[in-house]
Amino acid sequence: MKKTSFVSKQADSLQPSGIRRFFDLAAQMEDVISLGVGEPDFVTPWSFIEHSFHALEQGYTSYTENAGMLDLREEISNYLLGSFGVNYDAEKEVVVTVGASQAIDLALRATVNPGEEVLVVEPGFVAYVPTVSLAGGTPVTIQTRPEDDFKLTPAQIEEAVTPNTKAIILCNPNNPTGAALSREELEGIAEVVEKHDLLVLSDEIYAELTYEDVHTSFPAIGRMKERTVLISGFSKAFAMTGWRLGYATGPQEIIETMVKIHQYTMMCAPTIAQHAALEAMKNGKPSVDHMMKSYKQRRNFIVSSLNEMGLDCPNPGGAFYAFPSIRETGLSSADFAEELLQEEQVAVVPGDVFGESGEGFVRCSYATSLKQLDEAMRRMKRFVEKRI
Amino acid sequence: MQEQEIEVLQLIEKNANMEPGKIAKLMNITEEKVRELLRGLEEKKAILGYSTLIDWAKVIDKEEVTAMVDVKVQPARGTGFDKVAERIYRFPEVKAVYLMSGAYDLSVSVEGKTMMEIGRFISEKLSALDSVLSTTTHFVLKRYKHDGIILDDDEDDNDRRMVVSP
Repeated sequence: MKKTSFVSKQADSLQPSGIRRFFDLAAQMEDVISLGVGEPDFVTPWSFIEHSFHALEQGYTSYTENAGMLDLREEISNYLLGSFGVNYDAEKEVVVTVGASQAIDLALRATVNPGEEVLVVEPGFVAYVPTVSLAGGTPVTIQTRPEDDFKLTPAQIEEAVTPNTKAIILCNPNNPTGAALSREELEGIAEVVEKHDLLVLSDEIYAELTYEDVHTSFPAIGRMKERTVLISGFSKAFAMTGWRLGYATGPQEIIETMVKIHQYTMMCAPTIAQHAALEAMKNGKPSVDHMMKSYKQRRNFIVSSLNEMGLDCPNPGGAFYAFPSIRETGLSSADFAEELLQEEQVAVVPGDVFGESGEGFVRCSYATSLKQLDEAMRRMKRFVEKRI
Repeated sequence: MQEQEIEVLQLIEKNANMEPGKIAKLMNITEEKVRELLRGLEEKKAILGYSTLIDWAKVIDKEEVTAMVDVKVQPARGTGFDKVAERIYRFPEVKAVYLMSGAYDLSVSVEGKTMMEIGRFISEKLSALDSVLSTTTHFVLKRYKHDGIILDDDEDDNDRRMVVSP
């Protein structure tokens, strides 16, 4: 008989995601309108799918280069230059990964030494903290504030930096708050980053979904390119979540190290997804523009509906999430989400699962059909009216 | 201004039934502004009507038959195809008329209750016009997509996503 648990202490110590618990709850119920989904409601544009059929018929079913097909890396490089003005060498500075998630994991494992601290901005994507821990680093969170529209300030970085700080993970535009940083705001951050010689992991998976200003890519600022790993992918703007395809670009030394780890742990990203992505990079712009326009309209709709019902909700600059305050109702985020689900069968995600400063807020994804969004707002209004 | 006109039109193109209040919210402008834009577009005949796309096959006793008729015609001096086309499109049975490049001149879409009814219209009215040289009739057997809308496609039923995800 076995005497001890075989599970490693490190893995055991990881907190299960708060989203998971809520998912289990919502999954048991019928007729749920979900505003809890962190992915597009659009199916992948047909031309990308059709291109992957063609590739399959041509027999492209084998591995690719570890770093990803060179044509795809070249297209990514062209795309980044054309869209955001950042220039990367397709052969040495680009790696194609299994989603942006794997790119984050690789970047951290390639750069962090045991005991080094990595700054994580919260409310933020739930995977950053555990991924830093798994890479042997120490996550140190920075809590952005509602009065700053959940935008990170240079002073907050100053406060959090210690002699052990190695890197900072930025997510711009942000999941779950939708906060999008302007060029000036990023320049302020860049100054502090340079002063403390930090590495920046810039997660820009929502870059194309920026509604007010044009998105500024972090490596496009000043001398930031030499200390930035840019992380992005196809999931959000290209509606390709299930294909699991992302990429990272950055200084040759780091990307080569990432490819080294990638070659032992993953070999390469899925070949068929790489072919679909090739079409997305070459001819995807009209589809992306169409989807982005539709998200923008739905953002306007949900933000004004939430404010009308008495939930304070600033206009998010990017991504597809509204992050209203629910403090007026006197409920905690978790209670609000749970009671809303039970009473009105509308699923939103409690803000505190994204970090402690998310308490008092809920994340509502507007990547949902207008019909559903309309009905969800009606139900939420009824729910909120009883409480404020 | 023109950008807003285009946005309004794109919104109602797929759903003429959308209330101005909702359009206003989606575009982040006032409802009054939406009504003004719609009025303006109606006045300059950019909006010609608000029709409803119906799948008649779903209504048992109202089944429509559609035929696409390729028509070769003799164009008239001075007016070209326009006069002939007008003679044809004035018939209420005719739902659409296009001047085509290629093997024939006019593509005419005709609707009727039965194939017999359409056949009668073509032989007695359309072919009987002096300038019509010949007709080739194709009956529509099934509609998959019409005016950009896929029939039997409910986007909410096709949502394959999990209820909550990060």
